[in-house]
Amino acid sequence: MNYQTTSFLLSWIVFIPVIGVVAIMCGIALCYPFKLDKKRFDNITRTICLISTSAVFILSLILWKFFDPQSLSIQFIHRFVWIKSFNIEYFLGLDGINISMVILTAFITLIAAIASVPWWGEHNENHFTSKMTPGYMVLLLFLETGMMGTFCSLDFFQFYIFWEIMLLPMFFLIGIWGGPRKEYAAIKFFLYTLVGSLLILLAMIAIYYTSTPVTLADGTLADHTFNIVFLSQMAKQGTFIHASPIFAIAFTKLVWICLFVGFAIKIPIFPFHTWLPDAHVEAPTPVSVILAGILLKTGAYGILRFNFGLFPEATSFFASGMAIFGMINIVYASYVCMAQTDLKKLIAYSSVSHMGFVLLGFAALTPQGISGAMFQMVSHGLISPMLFLIAGVIYDRAHTRDIYAFGGLASKLPEYTGLMGLAFMASMGLPGLAGFVGEILVLLGAFPVFRVFTIISATAMIITAAYYLWTIQRMFLGEFNIKWDGLKDLNARERIVLYPLGFVTILFGVYPMPVFNLVNKALHTLISTISPFAG
Amino acid sequence: MANGSYYNSFYLIFIPLLPLLGAMINGFFGAVIQTKLDKFYIHFVAIATVVTSFVLSLAGFIKLAADDSVLAIYTNAWTFLSIGSLKVDVAFILDPLSAVMCLVITFVGSLIHIYSTGYMKDDEGYWRFFAYLNLFMFSMLVLVLADNFLVMFIGWEGVGLCSYLLIGFWYKDVNNAKAGVKAFIVNRIGDVGFVIGIFILFWTLASISSGSGAVYTPGSAIHAPNSYASLVFADIEKTLQDVSIRQVFVAKTLFNIPAVTLICIALFIGAMGKSAQIPLYVWLPDAMAGPTPVSALIHAATMVTAGVYMVARLHFLFALSPFAMTWVALFGAVTALFAATIGFFQYDIKKVLAYSTISQLGFMFIGVGVGAYSAGIFHLVTHAFFKACLFLCAGSVIIGCHHEQDMRKMGGLSLYMPKTNLAYLIACIAISGFPFFSGFFSKDDILYRAFINQNMVYPGMGILIWGIGMAAALCTAYYIFRSYFMTFTGVFRGDPANLPKESPKSITHVLLLLAFFSAIVGFSDMPEIFYMPNLFHHFLEPVFESSRGLLHFSRGSHALEWLLTGLSVMLAFLGAYAAFYLYKDAESRLPTRLLSFESKPVRWVYRLIYNKYYIDELYHITMVKLVMAIRLIFNWIDQHIIDALVNFAGFAGKLVGTVAGTADSKGVDGMVNATANTVFTAGANLIKIQTGRLRHYLGVALAGGVILVIVNYIFFN
Repeated sequence: MNYQTTSFLLSWIVFIPVIGVVAIMCGIALCYPFKLDKKRFDNITRTICLISTSAVFILSLILWKFFDPQSLSIQFIHRFVWIKSFNIEYFLGLDGINISMVILTAFITLIAAIASVPWWGEHNENHFTSKMTPGYMVLLLFLETGMMGTFCSLDFFQFYIFWEIMLLPMFFLIGIWGGPRKEYAAIKFFLYTLVGSLLILLAMIAIYYTSTPVTLADGTLADHTFNIVFLSQMAKQGTFIHASPIFAIAFTKLVWICLFVGFAIKIPIFPFHTWLPDAHVEAPTPVSVILAGILLKTGAYGILRFNFGLFPEATSFFASGMAIFGMINIVYASYVCMAQTDLKKLIAYSSVSHMGFVLLGFAALTPQGISGAMFQMVSHGLISPMLFLIAGVIYDRAHTRDIYAFGGLASKLPEYTGLMGLAFMASMGLPGLAGFVGEILVLLGAFPVFRVFTIISATAMIITAAYYLWTIQRMFLGEFNIKWDGLKDLNARERIVLYPLGFVTILFGVYPMPVFNLVNKALHTLISTISPFAG
Repeated sequence: MANGSYYNSFYLIFIPLLPLLGAMINGFFGAVIQTKLDKFYIHFVAIATVVTSFVLSLAGFIKLAADDSVLAIYTNAWTFLSIGSLKVDVAFILDPLSAVMCLVITFVGSLIHIYSTGYMKDDEGYWRFFAYLNLFMFSMLVLVLADNFLVMFIGWEGVGLCSYLLIGFWYKDVNNAKAGVKAFIVNRIGDVGFVIGIFILFWTLASISSGSGAVYTPGSAIHAPNSYASLVFADIEKTLQDVSIRQVFVAKTLFNIPAVTLICIALFIGAMGKSAQIPLYVWLPDAMAGPTPVSALIHAATMVTAGVYMVARLHFLFALSPFAMTWVALFGAVTALFAATIGFFQYDIKKVLAYSTISQLGFMFIGVGVGAYSAGIFHLVTHAFFKACLFLCAGSVIIGCHHEQDMRKMGGLSLYMPKTNLAYLIACIAISGFPFFSGFFSKDDILYRAFINQNMVYPGMGILIWGIGMAAALCTAYYIFRSYFMTFTGVFRGDPANLPKESPKSITHVLLLLAFFSAIVGFSDMPEIFYMPNLFHHFLEPVFESSRGLLHFSRGSHALEWLLTGLSVMLAFLGAYAAFYLYKDAESRLPTRLLSFESKPVRWVYRLIYNKYYIDELYHITMVKLVMAIRLIFNWIDQHIIDALVNFAGFAGKLVGTVAGTADSKGVDGMVNATANTVFTAGANLIKIQTGRLRHYLGVALAGGVILVIVNYIFFN
């Protein structure tokens, strides 16, 4: 197969945010000699950020248009040798596994960028949207580059670099623009993810030294490689299965576990999930949106790309274990949700619960399970941003997120209540909305393989309904709490971000095939390489 | 399936879509329309869409009835899911069964929409009410028209959502909101059963096609081109027509239980939730918190019958599992009797009707459980008319009495509300099963078929179910006439200064129309003993064709049928007479005397029934408490174990850092510093010798030279 550069589109998508960053930096440099007004310069940086993210989004739609889902080969390749001495290549490409995530990332980052613009009409100096705006925008754009690069990289080393690039902006975004306990949350997030990164790094080095010679992009022969496409070909030929054990543990199994734990922290999977509620509660709304909408998916994507792609035999071996952890995530987190009184914390735990479905779907290794899991990633990537935006709306106004502090808001904020109802219903998996499709397919696909686990997981549907409806009842129904008489309903900016998300949620709920058309073939081929090892 | 073909018609999609359009218009713009324009436009949109749906349903019905070659009208809108062996379309099918359901839903729905214009006249949430009501019509029509499980499930949970929204319509009272939440969650419990049923069914069908016994190899489904795995009703039905496949299907087991039994039981749990059967009936009485038209439409005529419809729709599965059929019928029978007895002591007129609905749904489940599908569906239809009529009358009475629901504060209303009185009386007669009214035909058909059926796994079960049903019929006549006599006869017991008055025409006309249908609709399905054509049964026959060979009924005789019919008519009169005797006027002290009985057992029984057998309390101290405890335990674990471990790891890291830091500053760095100090001190001392005098330097150099020579001499010689 020939993997030569066919398009620079992906490089543009990955690095357009960096161009935005450079523009903002130049602006900062010009700011001092020309004594630009701070407020005006803030607006300029916001505009630059919006333009960059919009450009990325438009390019991602072009990708969607020209992507051929029937072809199993990598598309939109941009490849050259990057660091010759270590055989590291620069290799961007799309296939059915990452295309949906790339489009989702572009969309959600745009939403987050819009949500970072301050409340039009009212200007609050203490609000995160007005605090050190240029720095915030720079970090947001860097974050987008990190995420895009993570999804598009087909070279393990390059993937790892982007994986780490994601980490730093997130750390500062939480640590500087966050809530009262932002330092604790940011450091917890950073250290936790760093542990995961370390495991991935070790696994990467182990894989590198096990790989067999390949031809690099410039035609030279290399002893080892980080190229994921070549690595997965080696996996099919059994290179890794026959590798000598480490510490008397089979090579594939040890490396699989390292990778899995590294990615599991990001998803997050019980018991590595406790950084998530803290990070979410302290993070400003748009950062929560990105964190829940995309960052969690990088972990799941990593499992698909590396654990599934490189170690089919170990994946098959550990499938039941994955299913158990998926089930624990689903059920355990849904009960924990019920106990929360902080709206954002509740939503954060619901993310943990919903990502459990992704893991369960992966573990099933059936077409319905894996397609459902991928769809769950997309639908969760649409619904959880909506939920966090909704939590942000009320926090901006009331400066509290305590569920018990409210009551009867429905009569005061009808539009907000309606959208919140839509988001909650979508998240609890109401048929006809996007959340349902993923969940039902995961369960349908998992049932033939893990009957008891699936039935136990399905009962979480009841608990999920219970905590959402209970929340609606406590916040929006009943007698109106007169304390909140001054609250206003949605403003234009909030409408701009919430309505598109709501619309897509409904659209994919009744017509999910556009997503499946993109991913089905690649995913089913992926699991068909694993199924020979089953039983 | 019998011979005949599908008739493709795109218009079918408009039956559910029009109400959705109405819901969207009123949902998005209703608030504006209501304030800027007039309420007229709101109910005009709502009613027009539903009436158009009714007309379309009627057209479809006529097409099916007139043209024997058309088996069903079908339309395929778009592909919903296509993954591996799973192919599901957003497709609708109008066969005789769904045609009957559509007609009932859209007809009763239209009437209730019209009624609501009067009932909700002064409500500020007028637009919201009609938007929800239209959304409900959409969901319900999707439910009955769906050609596969997933689309049906969209409607199935959609009606649950609308039910939740409408029960909590007056959300400012938190109790209404709580009733809505309860309804949704209890329904969800059933829904989990329903989806598990779907999973087992899909697995069973897929494992037949992979042909490797019970072992399912992951990923095999993509390699099985002619897989039987499907979620489309017609496909499954066709697959199971094949005797050899059916044998394999029935022989499949899961957890050592026949898979088909598990499928049917799991699906029936879904039906229990939706149709309020024991043990999941607890939400329905609370659901009376919603506006009365909602109680009539959703919690009496349509949504709650979805479970019955589902069992009838899946007749080809239930017929394969006598065990499941037995339990469906038995649960139905016990529910019918149990709920009827609770109706004895209720004072809230809507609660009486709520328990009556639960009881009547039990009758329908007897019908579909014993294999008399068309009889069960027929009772569903008649019940839709008379129970909608009863509820709407109750609504009329409640408004007439100025929002009073307690029957103890009513009485003598026949004087003030003659039209409502008439309609209520006719509906009471219909539900009690007085001869030639609709309930008489449908209920007797069910009970007769229960008596002669031979599909139960236990011998004599049919007669037992028939017996329970007869007892329930007796109770029905009693409690419904009790409510009639308490409300409409005797003297008015409310505030004499605030006398009740008859409702406006938009309400009374609907009542009389429904009463008329309650009276006559039974003639469409007369039993054989009257030598009349049973049109209804004949119309539905092709739907249930495929399971007919699996079901067995003993050959009853006309004499037997006459005997049973006579018996049930006697019971109906007996029950009505008992109610008449006890409650005919407010002067009768007998009920009060009976209730003031001091005897312990009597009090005990009374209290047990009055408190609805304490089922709510039982759930509260078991399930609710359990969930509430688990959530706290898990949260505690999360904070005090898992997160504590993380924090401990952080703390330990810090500790190690501190120790290392101390060691560094005191130990390692100390040594470094010591070295530096030495050098420094040495330097300082050495400064002294830097005197700048040549003599000293020469002296030192000489001394050095001497020392070197000596050292050299000592060590190297």
